[in-house]
Amino acid sequence: MQPFELVTPAGIAEAIELGRAADAMYLAGGTNVVDLLRTGAMRASTLVDIDGLPLRGIDFDGERLRIGALTRMGELAAEPTVRDRHRLIAESLELSASAQLRNMASIGGNLLQRTRCPYFRERDFECNKRTPGSGCAAREGENRRHAILGGSEACVATHASDLAVALVAADADVHLHGPTGEWTSRLETFYLEPDTTPEIETRIGRGDLIVAVSVPALPGGEWSVYLKLRERTSYEFALVSVAASVDLDGALIKEARVALGGVATRPWRARETEARLQGIALDDAGALREAAASAFVGARPLRDNGFKVELGTRAIVAAVRHAGGGA
Amino acid sequence: MNARLTVNGRGYTVDLDPGESLLDVLRERLDLSGTKKGCDQGACGACTVHVDGRRVLSCLTLAARCEGKQVTTIEGVAQDGVLHPLQRAMVEHDGLQCGYCTPGQIMAGIALLEEGHAETREEIREWMSGNLCRCGAYNGIVEAIEQARDELRDAAV
Repeated sequence: MQPFELVTPAGIAEAIELGRAADAMYLAGGTNVVDLLRTGAMRASTLVDIDGLPLRGIDFDGERLRIGALTRMGELAAEPTVRDRHRLIAESLELSASAQLRNMASIGGNLLQRTRCPYFRERDFECNKRTPGSGCAAREGENRRHAILGGSEACVATHASDLAVALVAADADVHLHGPTGEWTSRLETFYLEPDTTPEIETRIGRGDLIVAVSVPALPGGEWSVYLKLRERTSYEFALVSVAASVDLDGALIKEARVALGGVATRPWRARETEARLQGIALDDAGALREAAASAFVGARPLRDNGFKVELGTRAIVAAVRHAGGGA
Repeated sequence: MNARLTVNGRGYTVDLDPGESLLDVLRERLDLSGTKKGCDQGACGACTVHVDGRRVLSCLTLAARCEGKQVTTIEGVAQDGVLHPLQRAMVEHDGLQCGYCTPGQIMAGIALLEEGHAETREEIREWMSGNLCRCGAYNGIVEAIEQARDELRDAAV
């Protein structure tokens, strides 16, 4: 590992002062940063250890859920309020990583985690995310796990977070402090598509620090689901995942939320699907299938991942039926 | 930088590089080689230890950040020469073949029992999924955890 200095700020203001320096990086749970510094996929000369900052804990004011950025994945998954009212969030967490990693990894770090595209990790291959302008080895390489939505010539890596998919479905906001003050973004638009600059993954600026995530009430949240399909039963990233909630009016869908993981370059809200689901009956298999398929109209499969169109369509149908109580 | 580490209740002062993992410090500096290095990238669970009572991966933990915390490794599990019920059960159920993943399995399993995620075989398998065993001794490992769970429950009554 390249040598680095480890500094511990006394408060948020000092953290930002240290974190805005060139070559500085924040260190929270460390599960992603330590690994990628060791492989050389990322570099930093200073790590700003933010773990002692008072950004840990979960508040629910009866309406909005507020999650401190240093709350651990396992802590959020176990929170009764979350399990009751935003079940898709709790499920997305418990289907992520392992119990050990969930004890270590922070919520803020989870949202900023880097892609698991193997070409990003291995310095022997071209990767525009790691080394801008070097090329993309995945486009013509092993791309079974890569994106069919949101990709560009420069990059087809998927975003790896399950939690982010659930939060995007739930209309979560991300709250930041930075050199220019405090700001808030809808999480969905916080993430950027790769286009010609895949190394820029979010709207975060130098020195910006995620301090919290907040989530409004979710209609039907108590029945919402996170369906994750993968190569093995547990401890694996998604090939396709679906976060879904359904608010019913009798047998008809009043409002549905659908977000996708494993298929896109960022957590992907399937808005066309949501619009088509509105007003149809939960047991109308044909309409359900048509609504689900609309999520993939713009899909651009690569050599190895065309199966994600059909798998994703079926996964949306299953998740929506389940979230509506149709099993 | 000098760091004061507490491992299995004993204090150590170690001159550390900030990039050194807890795993490397345990094995190479403190002569506690029971904790194993498998993948060194957080994917296999062989390096599982407890920090402040919670199971974590020592390969992704910077040793310098463990100051003021209680680290427990496999060497600290048996008390006065008496094996933990899960250690004994692993022997009785052949929960290993080569044994390389075993310290990590036991540290994860003890935490699992304390977390209360060992009610069913399915729950055990899910909550132990971060510990790989390339010999495929999973059936024995799950049986050992079930036995230890029942023994600890009986002992608590």
